[in-house]
Amino acid sequence: MSLSLDDVKRVANLARLEISEDEARKALIQLSGIFDLIEQMQAVDTSAITPMSHAQDVMQRLRTDAVTEIDQRELFQSVAPQVEAGLYLVPKVIE
Amino acid sequence: MLNASLKQLSAMLAARKISSVELTSEFLKRSRALNPEYNAFITLDERTSLAQAQAADILIASGRGQPLTGIPIAQKDIFCTKGWLTTCGSKMLSNFISPYDAHVIGRFNAVAAVNIGKTNMDEFAMGSSNETSFYGPVKNPWDTAAVPGGSSGGSACAVAARMAPAATGTDTGGSIRQPAALCGISGLKPTYGLVSRYGMIAFASSLDQGGPMAKSAEDLALMLNVMAGFDARDSTSLERQPEDYTRDLEKPLDGLCIGLPKEYFVKEIDEDVARAVEAAIGQYRKLGAETVEVSLPNTKLSVPVYYVLAPAEASSNLSRFDGVRYGYRAPDYVDLNDMYRKTRAQGFGSEVKRRILIGTYVLSHGYYDAYYIQAQKLRRLMAQDFAEAFKQCDVIMGPTSPTVAFDLGERSSAPVQMYLSDAYTIAVNLAGLPAMSIPVGFGHKNRPVGLHIIGNYFAEAQMLNVAHQYQLESDWHTRMPKE
Repeated sequence: MSLSLDDVKRVANLARLEISEDEARKALIQLSGIFDLIEQMQAVDTSAITPMSHAQDVMQRLRTDAVTEIDQRELFQSVAPQVEAGLYLVPKVIE
Repeated sequence: MLNASLKQLSAMLAARKISSVELTSEFLKRSRALNPEYNAFITLDERTSLAQAQAADILIASGRGQPLTGIPIAQKDIFCTKGWLTTCGSKMLSNFISPYDAHVIGRFNAVAAVNIGKTNMDEFAMGSSNETSFYGPVKNPWDTAAVPGGSSGGSACAVAARMAPAATGTDTGGSIRQPAALCGISGLKPTYGLVSRYGMIAFASSLDQGGPMAKSAEDLALMLNVMAGFDARDSTSLERQPEDYTRDLEKPLDGLCIGLPKEYFVKEIDEDVARAVEAAIGQYRKLGAETVEVSLPNTKLSVPVYYVLAPAEASSNLSRFDGVRYGYRAPDYVDLNDMYRKTRAQGFGSEVKRRILIGTYVLSHGYYDAYYIQAQKLRRLMAQDFAEAFKQCDVIMGPTSPTVAFDLGERSSAPVQMYLSDAYTIAVNLAGLPAMSIPVGFGHKNRPVGLHIIGNYFAEAQMLNVAHQYQLESDWHTRMPKE
């Protein structure tokens, strides 16, 4: 598999990472090396194997639908970059 | 006192031969003196540590002390600690004072252990040399030209340099065991699900596991007694009866069967490492153990599989860092999307960005089956390899790392080389097994060598027994680097 410069830029955009032309070129070289390594996986026939998501194959635990958290909004917002009147501030999305 | 075991320190505290304030002051003084050179701690907060020590002394005086009460413990800066700066080694969290405690921190608080400081680490635990930290690299106290390993490099350095009696670490692909090996200390990664991940900043959730780092196996057992336990706030935490991990320490090793994977003893291992590991295995035979060759045929796939799964999960976990609710926000931007893009480009270092890009790519449309699903299938094959091997033996041994500590800067520009050095440790995380590293000698340039001991699921007490019996007959774990 060969990765292109456009792939790198597309993925950076999906990941919301600003990337310069120069950085994208460097990333392309390094990512290509890593993907050469990853390609070794494709040599194994795994058609009869089920994917493993948890080492213990446990079931997802369920809990009753009850409020367990207390209101700590002020505490949590004390570490936010910008808040006003209990709201997180971000640049305007809708004109 | 610097070299005393946790059991000895605990006995001294209980007998009132020393107070927790005196003990904590002593280690703080040493940490302050050595930290400018080693860079093991990101945060030291003398006032808070001493206040905790005072509270511990009151508890001990009232006769309600427990084994770790009043003992200073260094906490990896990945564990959210209420009121403490918690950075995860990243610029992204360089201003983050945690509003809550991780489960692990809560467990140490519950027994009134003292937090002596937050240790340096690779950024978001992504690295094997501690060179990706926003706070600069940690030095190996055995040789300051060498890396301490990573990602729990600060914790390993702090214990090795006796700046703290014990520390916590986390291990996603070897981040407890490899730095333990490279710094000549003991470290244990528990069975996945034993230690709660609540408040432990996530890297790759299906692989991440917290664990103890200390001088000896006996110390690790006491630490694990505090750290392990069910927590409903971590959906992968396992509901099990609490165990005393010290219970089997004194058992003789007669009849123990050690599996030696033929894939682990290959020419890629440096001769000095092979020599020390073989000498340790010879010592085990003298202690009554027998060895048998086993096979883990898919070992070579562990690195490729890991570099699909870990970045995939990381790219998802790290999407929460958007500059809105906590952490760093870029100073200038034109709109919301630009704010995200600039915040993340400025807040993350290059290794973290590299892994986010890999992860985003393998999860993107059209590639999911070829990469992520294929890796999950191979993961099962690897777990099956271990299951087969454990039919023939009780524990598996080999080197923790194929080389001793490498020089600072030696591998930082070659990510693939850095990744390949973790081949032995990574397979264990993929299978969810417990494993540890203990010091078994010195190699090239007098740098430490670690023995990797892999156990079956929930075999921590047995592995600690195996390690402790060796440490009764050897003194590698008591050696201290010169200052």
